Amino acid sequence: MIEVRNIKKYYGSKIAVDDVSFAVNDGEILGFLGPNGAGKSTTMNILTGYISSNEGTVTIDGFEILKEPIKAKSKIGYLPEIPPLYLDMTVREYLNFMFDLKNIKFPKISHIEEICEKVKIIDVIDRLIKNLSKGYKQRVGLAQALLGNPKLLILDEPTVGLDPKQIIEIRNLIKELKKDHTIILSSHVLPEIQSICDRVLVINKGKIVADDTAENLSNNLQAETNLIAQIQGDKEIVLRTLSNIQQIINIEASEEKSEGVFEYKIKSVSDDVRKHIFRELAKIDCPIIELKTSTVNLEDIFLQLTKDEDELKPNDLNISSNNAESEFDKGGEK
Amino acid sequence: MLAIVKKELSSYFHSLIGYVYLAVFFGFSGFYFFATSLYSNTTSLNYMYNGLFVIICFLIPILTMKLFSVERKQKTDQALLTAPVSLFSIVMGKYLSVLLIYLFSISITLLYGIIISFFAPAEWAVILGNFVALFLIGAAIIAIDMFISSTTESQSIAAVASFAVSFLVIMFDAMTSLVSVDFISKILKGISLTQHYYNTFTVGIFNIADIIFFLSICTLFVFFTIRVFEKRRWS
Repeated sequence: MIEVRNIKKYYGSKIAVDDVSFAVNDGEILGFLGPNGAGKSTTMNILTGYISSNEGTVTIDGFEILKEPIKAKSKIGYLPEIPPLYLDMTVREYLNFMFDLKNIKFPKISHIEEICEKVKIIDVIDRLIKNLSKGYKQRVGLAQALLGNPKLLILDEPTVGLDPKQIIEIRNLIKELKKDHTIILSSHVLPEIQSICDRVLVINKGKIVADDTAENLSNNLQAETNLIAQIQGDKEIVLRTLSNIQQIINIEASEEKSEGVFEYKIKSVSDDVRKHIFRELAKIDCPIIELKTSTVNLEDIFLQLTKDEDELKPNDLNISSNNAESEFDKGGEK
Repeated sequence: MLAIVKKELSSYFHSLIGYVYLAVFFGFSGFYFFATSLYSNTTSLNYMYNGLFVIICFLIPILTMKLFSVERKQKTDQALLTAPVSLFSIVMGKYLSVLLIYLFSISITLLYGIIISFFAPAEWAVILGNFVALFLIGAAIIAIDMFISSTTESQSIAAVASFAVSFLVIMFDAMTSLVSVDFISKILKGISLTQHYYNTFTVGIFNIADIIFFLSICTLFVFFTIRVFEKRRWS
């Protein structure tokens, strides 16, 4: 469906997209993941022909975007980061205009109404776009991308700035669209990618750092088991006791949670060491206040992959995810 | 291209810009018609056309300032540029829409010719010559101002720069007369819009060279506007 080969984009001397290549098959849904400023939007703008890459080619359904732009663009529905809406038009006028602009051959009125039903904007169709809420504007943008049933949908952060209810609605909508379209979706919200996409492409500083299914990505990093424990008692004694347990590879004590209670990050080989920990600590009378496993999820992978390479040590692959998770949730649902 | 023409025209009349432009233009043209023709008992519309030339110089920037600047600011150019249409038809669609409004507004002067013809035989060659000249010079200024609008995100900057261009067009002859080097002053005269406006059309002569001069200016600046978008894609 779409094939991207070695694209590079420079802004002045700064490189924004550095030798990115990937292909998306028909019916696949690809998640584009990366921190802000990683080059996601730039890449999407290149795919849609809004800007040109300095090197490399983008081929959409057999048509190269620079050589046969009109044929290639007619295969794409694009929702940019900021939906391109004319605020002083009504939804109907706007969609009529986009319909004419894209030179679509379907019957106009029924096609537009069908799409409005699909994205649930039929009840605001005669209102001015500037009076709509952000969620509705986003949907009008999506409706615009869906006009003409393009084979390929490119959605740049479709849920950013929406409230949690709207996010769920848009996500469900995208899942529905999956049936008829090939979709490329970008986001810095990880659960979104995890729940929608077949395949994840992690991009950082203009480079692709991972390209795999969400499951594979987390499986690769889950060879070791991590535990987080809050244990009451003297830190030194606890550390000494625990390090006697064979299966444990590494223990790190972190901050004091409440008086006399410390938190420990425990790395062990995959055998469950919880009962050993319990027995050993019972012997020295240090009660376990809390004990939980930390599973590696996309957030850890993301943080790992997007870290500067020089900071990346093998040990880091198993850091606990608590802090990162809460930060991301805040960031994502803001 | 038609889609863009339609959208632009409707956006002029969705906002007040279209109405304000037409009202001001019709107001001034009515005043000039009354003052220079009816009131002074002459069938010549030359004075009115002369007056209108200055008016359009300062009204056209109102029409063109938001053409591309606002699209860029509100990121709606992304919809245009990722749609399966060529850059040429986007730019031409915009250009034609302004041209149509402009043509509609100056057409009222033909009505004045008809009114005059009730009183005495009107000099249609001169009236048509003036009309075509006003249209051509307007079309050239629209092309230049559209190019200016495509280079900036701010419609105020576009408007101010366009006003400067208009002022330059009006003052150009006076300025060239200050140049004492014969060779340079000849060149400057050659590119002066007003040199091609007065003297021929206004006495009813349709000079092919002048027509081609204005058409080349239009083509040149439409081409420049397309280049602005091409360049932006690559930078």
